Amino acid sequence: MPRQMAPGVTEGYLKVAPTVVRDGDTATIDATGIYYRQLNEAIRGAIAEGATRVVLNNVNGQRYIGTGVKAKGVTIEVHGTAGNDMAMFMDGPTIEVFGAAQDGVGNTMNAGKVIVHGDAGDVLGYGMRGGAVYVKGDVGYRVGIHMKAYESLIPIMVCGGNARDFFGEYMAGGILVLLGMNTQFAEQPLVGSFVGAGMHGGVIYLRGTVESWQCGKEVGITEATEEDMAALKPTLADYCDAQGMDLAEVLSVPFTKLAPFSHRPYGKMYAPM
Amino acid sequence: MPTSFIQPEFKVKIDYDKCHKCGRCVQQCGWGVYNFNERPIPDDAKCRACHRCVTYCPAHCISIEKNQLAYRDNDNWSPAARKAVWRQAETGGVLLTSMGNPLPYTRIFDHLVLDACQVTNPSIDPLREPMELRTFIGHKPDSVGVESDGQGGFRLAEGEGMKNNLKLDTPILFSPMSYGSVSLNVHKSLAMAAQRLGTFMNTGEGGLHADLYPYQDNVIVQVASGRFGVNPDYLNRGAAIEIKIGQGAKPGIGGHLPGEKINKEVSGTRMIPQGTDAISPAPHHDIYSIEDLRQLIYALKEASGYKPVGVKIAAVHNVAAIASGIVRAGADYVYLDGFKGGTGAAPQVIRDHIGIPIEIAIAAVDQRLRDEGIRNWASVIAAGSIRSSADVAKAIALGADAVAIGSASLMALGCHLCQSCHTGSCSWGITTQKPELTRRIDPEWGAEQLTNLVHAWSHELQEILGALGVNAVESLRGSRERLRSIGLDEQMNKVLGVKPAGM
Ligand code: SF4
Ligand code: SF4
Repeated sequence: MPRQMAPGVTEGYLKVAPTVVRDGDTATIDATGIYYRQLNEAIRGAIAEGATRVVLNNVNGQRYIGTGVKAKGVTIEVHGTAGNDMAMFMDGPTIEVFGAAQDGVGNTMNAGKVIVHGDAGDVLGYGMRGGAVYVKGDVGYRVGIHMKAYESLIPIMVCGGNARDFFGEYMAGGILVLLGMNTQFAEQPLVGSFVGAGMHGGVIYLRGTVESWQCGKEVGITEATEEDMAALKPTLADYCDAQGMDLAEVLSVPFTKLAPFSHRPYGKMYAPM
Repeated sequence: MPTSFIQPEFKVKIDYDKCHKCGRCVQQCGWGVYNFNERPIPDDAKCRACHRCVTYCPAHCISIEKNQLAYRDNDNWSPAARKAVWRQAETGGVLLTSMGNPLPYTRIFDHLVLDACQVTNPSIDPLREPMELRTFIGHKPDSVGVESDGQGGFRLAEGEGMKNNLKLDTPILFSPMSYGSVSLNVHKSLAMAAQRLGTFMNTGEGGLHADLYPYQDNVIVQVASGRFGVNPDYLNRGAAIEIKIGQGAKPGIGGHLPGEKINKEVSGTRMIPQGTDAISPAPHHDIYSIEDLRQLIYALKEASGYKPVGVKIAAVHNVAAIASGIVRAGADYVYLDGFKGGTGAAPQVIRDHIGIPIEIAIAAVDQRLRDEGIRNWASVIAAGSIRSSADVAKAIALGADAVAIGSASLMALGCHLCQSCHTGSCSWGITTQKPELTRRIDPEWGAEQLTNLVHAWSHELQEILGALGVNAVESLRGSRERLRSIGLDEQMNKVLGVKPAGM
């Protein structure tokens, strides 16, 4: 049972509908102390009523912002710290976080865009199938894990800082980029160990270099060619635009490309009986 | 050197005196056993004893026999153990097999017997009296609030009562089998049958094909670690959502659908490119704790307008504590899959040696949830070799709310348990994507077969309930007093919460 603190209060949050102020196409919601369920009901409600810009103020770790929301041309602005599983299963909207985000951003996301103007946590973009996630700063463990692509859906994730272990593990498709620029851990390696372990599709670009012992054995490591960089440039330009960064500076350091040797890494492991 | 030490397991014998030389066997065999040169010539080494040719031979002149090679007696080194060593010495591979665990472990269901009424309280005749099989899967409230109806009676108070439960007309569901591991026609057969029977089929982890949309109210959609085909649309179509953590045939390991089975249609439903392996990692990488599981359960509820969310796990040693955590995490049902459950492909060593029997898991979980006072928070669905209505009744008496059938449902469609699903060449058109084989199942016929099977079991279940003198399956649920054991030791009786016969 959820821990009951006082009537109407669960785990420190108020289980009441927040105040929604509507001004033209914009709905502004004060999230102070509001439980995630009521907050997300209000967000979905505002979108259903035609709001195309939803501004959330005083967000303090509420989960599931934008989760499962299917809509086109809708922007959600998060002021504060977004909680876990933001934009999970999301299909269409743009979320811009003025602050940091916790774990699971863009989990199993289908389409849309997430811009985080701060750091983000672990397991970002797990199983993501489309859309883009742009994080300005550092990211945690297992980022971009099992990203996949399908036909016109190609997920893109760009992280501006450093990343920890298991970056792009099991990756099956999409584009995963790590810049190592806006980091609090400049003295540490750009990325942890087990990069692309089990990778069988997609591509990882690292701004700088990586040692082969840091990478999974399924991964081929090469310097990004001019062609690669030409293909990546629009993505980086879009990222720089969203994060207010200088594209020339981003491109001033050579990139390393990681791609899997095989789409079927375990094809020969089994002996059928 | 011989190419292999392993000799054919079966001998295909054709009585050429009776043979019409029609060539049907050649056509029917998915494994390419037959060559036709004036008459059918079988290659024994390719035979999997699936009996497709035997069934279709108009002259009934084919027989499949065991290749009775004598091996020097050795109980320790069974012929199967020797063959496994030879195969691995040849290939260096992990042995891959399919269907359920075939080893001779104790079949606990076969050591349990049900009670019946005699003299003191009468049994009930289900043919002439109502016998309720309706079952609700989901969270049941701790208490029921009532209010006066103003006319001297009572009614359910506003907002009270059971919410968001799945309504089943019989306590039997179809277990999850993905499109990709089975054919689309099998999926259609299951979906049509589920609709007719008032129960549910389960997509497994391969997504929901558009042809199943008309049946979506009778479909449970699964979310596994590979997240194949999972998007808001998928989550909103299902009647409920199931998080697959584990499978009885392969606890603790992920799934792996080989690229050969990812054709255009399968690729579209899973939303991955054709020809790549569909790899489901062993764990969900967003679940490393019960807290994380709770986070995913509520993410799925948020994304689906608060549909019921169940969690499927393999029955393993610590199943009771795990189930308690799952229920506390907010699951609406816990699906327990015993170690004899089937699979489309699994490493043999995992299938045969990991996990525990479903009977023990049901009893342990039911008891634990009761002891903790949370049994009503979630339903328990049990699976992993439910072979008959007797197994259904015993599973429910041990504490399950309902059971799910996989192998039995495939048998209704022709499966002969040849344990070759992983080859992708099922002659019965079940676990294959080859169009010349998949068209062997007409969904209309398949639905009829499945409906017949479940109807038959449901009638038998009613007979059993009548004999027990109860008029609803609800009254049998967790009623272990109505079970006795034969030939089980004291410790096992204690674990099952069942007395030995005679006591
Ligand atoms: S199906 Fe039977 S009768 Fe026809 S060729 Fe084969 S063995 Fe002969
Ligand atoms: S589904 Fe087909 S291949 Fe698998 S055991 Fe049954 S008959 Fe054999």
